[in-house]
Amino acid sequence: MLDAKIPAGPIAEKWDNHKFSIKLVNPNNKRRFTVLVVGTGLAGASAAASMAELGYNVEAFTFHDSPRRAHSIAAQGGINAAKNYRNDGDSIFRLFYDTVKGGDYRSREANVYRLSQVSANIIDQCAAQGVPFAREYGGLLANRSFGGAQVSRTFYARGQTGQQLLLGAYQALAGQVAAGKVTVHNNCDVLDIVVKDGEACGLVIRDLMTGETRAYSGHAVVLATGGYSNVYYLSTNAMNCNVTAAWRAHRRGAAFANPCYTQIHPTCIPASDDFQSKLTLMSESLRNDGRIWVPRDAKDTRSPELVDEADRYYYLEEKYPAFGNLVPRDVASRNAKTVVDKGMGVGPSRNGVYLDFSDVIAADGEQVVREKYGNLFDMYERITGENPYRVPMRIYPATHYTMGGLWVDYNLMTTIPGLYAIGECNFSDHGANRLGASALMQGLADGYFVLPYTIGDYLAEKLGDPVVPTDDPAFTESVTAVEDRTRRWLTVKGSLTVDHYHRELGKIIWEYCGMTRNRAGLEKALNEIPVLREEFRANVKVLGSADTANQSLEKVNRVDDFMELAELKVRDALHREESCGGHFREEHQTEEGEAQRDDGNFAYVAAWQWQNPDKPQKLLAEPLEFEYVKLTQRSYK
Amino acid sequence: MTADRVPPLHKVKKALPWPLSLYQTAIGKKYVMAITGIGLLGFVIVHMIGNLHLYEGPSQVNEYAESLRDLGGHLVPRTLILWIMRIGLMLMFVFHIHSAYSLKEMSRKSSENAGFMSGAKRYASKQDFVAASYASRTMRWTGPIVGLYVLFHLADLTWGWWLGDGYIRGDVYNNVVMSLSSLPVMLIYIVANIALAVHIYHGAWSMFQTLGVTNPHTKKLRRSFAVIVASLVCAGNLSFPIMVQAGVISNDSNNTNSVNTSEHSTADIDADNA
Amino acid sequence: MSRMLQLKLRIWRQGGPASRGSFLDVDAHDIPTDASFLEMLDIVNERLLEDGIEPVVFAHDCREGICGTCGLMINGRAHGPELGTATCQLHMRKFKDGDEIVIEPFRAAAFPVVRDLMVDRRAFDRIIEAGGYISAPTGTAPDANEILIPKDVADFSMDAAQCIGCGACVAACPNSAAQLFTAAKLGHLNVLPQGQPERWRRTEAMVETMEQYFGSCTNHGECHTACPKEISLDFIALLNRDYIKAKTKNRRLASQA
Repeated sequence: MLDAKIPAGPIAEKWDNHKFSIKLVNPNNKRRFTVLVVGTGLAGASAAASMAELGYNVEAFTFHDSPRRAHSIAAQGGINAAKNYRNDGDSIFRLFYDTVKGGDYRSREANVYRLSQVSANIIDQCAAQGVPFAREYGGLLANRSFGGAQVSRTFYARGQTGQQLLLGAYQALAGQVAAGKVTVHNNCDVLDIVVKDGEACGLVIRDLMTGETRAYSGHAVVLATGGYSNVYYLSTNAMNCNVTAAWRAHRRGAAFANPCYTQIHPTCIPASDDFQSKLTLMSESLRNDGRIWVPRDAKDTRSPELVDEADRYYYLEEKYPAFGNLVPRDVASRNAKTVVDKGMGVGPSRNGVYLDFSDVIAADGEQVVREKYGNLFDMYERITGENPYRVPMRIYPATHYTMGGLWVDYNLMTTIPGLYAIGECNFSDHGANRLGASALMQGLADGYFVLPYTIGDYLAEKLGDPVVPTDDPAFTESVTAVEDRTRRWLTVKGSLTVDHYHRELGKIIWEYCGMTRNRAGLEKALNEIPVLREEFRANVKVLGSADTANQSLEKVNRVDDFMELAELKVRDALHREESCGGHFREEHQTEEGEAQRDDGNFAYVAAWQWQNPDKPQKLLAEPLEFEYVKLTQRSYK
Repeated sequence: MTADRVPPLHKVKKALPWPLSLYQTAIGKKYVMAITGIGLLGFVIVHMIGNLHLYEGPSQVNEYAESLRDLGGHLVPRTLILWIMRIGLMLMFVFHIHSAYSLKEMSRKSSENAGFMSGAKRYASKQDFVAASYASRTMRWTGPIVGLYVLFHLADLTWGWWLGDGYIRGDVYNNVVMSLSSLPVMLIYIVANIALAVHIYHGAWSMFQTLGVTNPHTKKLRRSFAVIVASLVCAGNLSFPIMVQAGVISNDSNNTNSVNTSEHSTADIDADNA
Repeated sequence: MSRMLQLKLRIWRQGGPASRGSFLDVDAHDIPTDASFLEMLDIVNERLLEDGIEPVVFAHDCREGICGTCGLMINGRAHGPELGTATCQLHMRKFKDGDEIVIEPFRAAAFPVVRDLMVDRRAFDRIIEAGGYISAPTGTAPDANEILIPKDVADFSMDAAQCIGCGACVAACPNSAAQLFTAAKLGHLNVLPQGQPERWRRTEAMVETMEQYFGSCTNHGECHTACPKEISLDFIALLNRDYIKAKTKNRRLASQA
């Protein structure tokens, strides 16, 4: 059983009490510690900058050519904070309550409460850094409501909130680079975590420009490597998002929690063909005014504007009269899948549903719609070549965010002492489903306000200890393993490309472990994935050398790790005999087709412990207790 | 403190005392370019306006030239003010050219495959510019053309190197007509003045940008200003060689436009006609 | 519906920073018009791989036009022919059947080629590190609403802040100047109340670092045309003005703006 080290006391006092009771490192002693931070997105950059400000020596690693390119930059909508600037009844407790409920009661209350508490500080911090949040004419901050929340608590900077927050954190990082407290290692792919005597002490990277393998040593290692939606091949994640560093940590002993929870975003542009490399997300706000429909008759291939009102199936409005097109993300996504699976999909590949603005254009005029959604409509037209003012948009759900990740305790430490996981890389705060505008909040909360305190508790014990030298056997063994693994791909000389295998893996996992899952499908996937993996390892074609920039070689390591992750994901989905949030088991639904939780048997975090390559991971459970939020069944009828 | 695989291209020089340190930076040099450019542009405009006396006839233009030497009246020694202005003008030329040259070198070193003269980077594709106007792209050609032309112009009309016995010091009208009656000389004047106008077209807009004028209300005015100044200078200056060739300005038909408008021209810094 | 294009590509290939490069001529058959430009290169790369030729290296990541990783010179234009569009958001329907497309890396002496079409843009990080930030250590911030910022100012700042740092401005500039990139960051921070205490120090340091790596601006305006975010040249004018102020002001008199 896992000990989450949740502090005692009333929930509102836990974090303050904990900050008081954990061990501190004297300011002068902080400079005697080196912390390695992997990833420079919102969580990584903010953590690296904040720890450097405290006095720690920080080495930050990113596979990008600049820290500013991390995928946090693509977040559009906004960031939540319990500021109650609108006077609409928001509070720390309400944000906490909404997040736990939105997560379908599969998150840890104490963590979520802390997240809500520090959310207000995040906005203060970012505003002080110069993030140009939207303002009212009076100069005060503007808010909007987001993702079905009943209060306006979302702060935003046009449609580029993630970009502006990341640039804020990147600039803070740059300031610490200038101060000599942070060293940034660009173009470094972390391929192994070094563990000595059970404690994390360093990592091994491959320099993506020169192909060189190098080892770095530190007193603690922080993973801020984001999510793994790219296991599906097609997702809204950036092309280079991967699970490698987290997975390598898992193989070194860090438990991996809830890999089956995946968030599917309902409003993405459908794939147009096999060459499609990624899916583009359109802001959910479009559902406020667009009406979703498909032709009632699957054989109806008329152009959409010619389909009579009576022949249109507004399936969300018919099934959910109260919420209509504004049902939560997972409900909207599943219903789209249902109609497409019935053969009622639209578009050349019949893989989408219409999102139709003709009614709102008729009622309010094109100009009003242009003011609200101009950017999104332009983006849609750029990608599809169709004008959404004239013909309905086509949309389909796509994988967007992974709630699962490395298991961490209240201090954000994984099951390997000295190894921390923050941001989307860990599993902690979103339970089985993440609310809109909460990802940015969690990344920055971990990086600015949680980790910089909690890491001291571990480091205080190590005062005076030198870092493990990189010629220690723990390091040389790891470096050799990384080099062997990298070179081996070049000797396979198979016949099919890395992308081919990645696409095949994506098809399996999307089909059987995507929006809905069932036992038969998951068992089928569990058979198919190892077969595909063995074929991949025996027949993949990677050209070139390991001593230069080689993008196929970068990809092959990542896809190899996705192959292993996919299997664990399926196994987790199979074991969780209930439906909750981003995990919908067809066997477990209410009569209304809603997710049916089983709180008696599954109110726990499933953390999987690596054993060895031939033996499946072992399940370690962390029971979840709900003292402050009452468990209820969702209903959107 | 990232391991630097891209070392700085340009060395940081030891700082000179202020305000010379400003001239050590590229933006400082650009300011100098803009300010000397304004000075030179003012000279060009006044020079052009002064030359319009040619249309009034020999006595008026010669009187105007003489008045330049008398600037300051009896208060200062004769030609002192004129020489101060000449020296100022020369300094402006020197700084304008030196800053242009060193900025060009800086750009050439920052680019790959850059042209020696233009300092501009080239791509393999046929067209590798979109927004840059013909004027902006040719600044580093029109500049030297104008520079050489100025030397020619001085040798021609100020020093009278090749007009021989025909050159009469102080008789501006005669000298101008003699010089511009020659077809090759006229062509040189026309080509050079077109180059000058093209140079001004970019320079007179660019200087606002360099001096930091960002007011959106004046955005269109800035472009119009450049167009108007360049066209006026071009039209005025080109009219002289053309009218000489057309016989409108000639030694025979003096006083065609002999309305005597001004006894005393505005304070003028016409060096070349002096 | 996707149509198919037959294209002739001339792609720059270069083994490494020190090697000499040359163009590879590729006949790209049956390229769907719905593909993005980078997906077109993906297709070409898959085919090269099948033929036993190493794929062309090019930088890319988010493919949503926001991360700034991608960037190619397409027929002599940074990010290709579409205004306000990054390479990843350029689609093949903008090209005609039979077109010849010349694809080159972003070029500048401060952006050495890593391999093929990928360049090293870390000189930009040096400019930001020189002062492209507001020093506000974590935990020291006042309540966000204590700093009033007029909406027009916040919007103006955001116009500059949306720079994605792709380097197209440098690539498109005949002088290889980085004025627009630097001006965008200065414009973002220098107009905000929070940015005032470090305004002159920041401007001076960033501009002087920029001048160590890049060429000198001659106000061609190529950068603005190439910029996927269409950042205004007015920010360059602001940079020029702030720089001269920074060099001439008595900084101990905070009242002089």
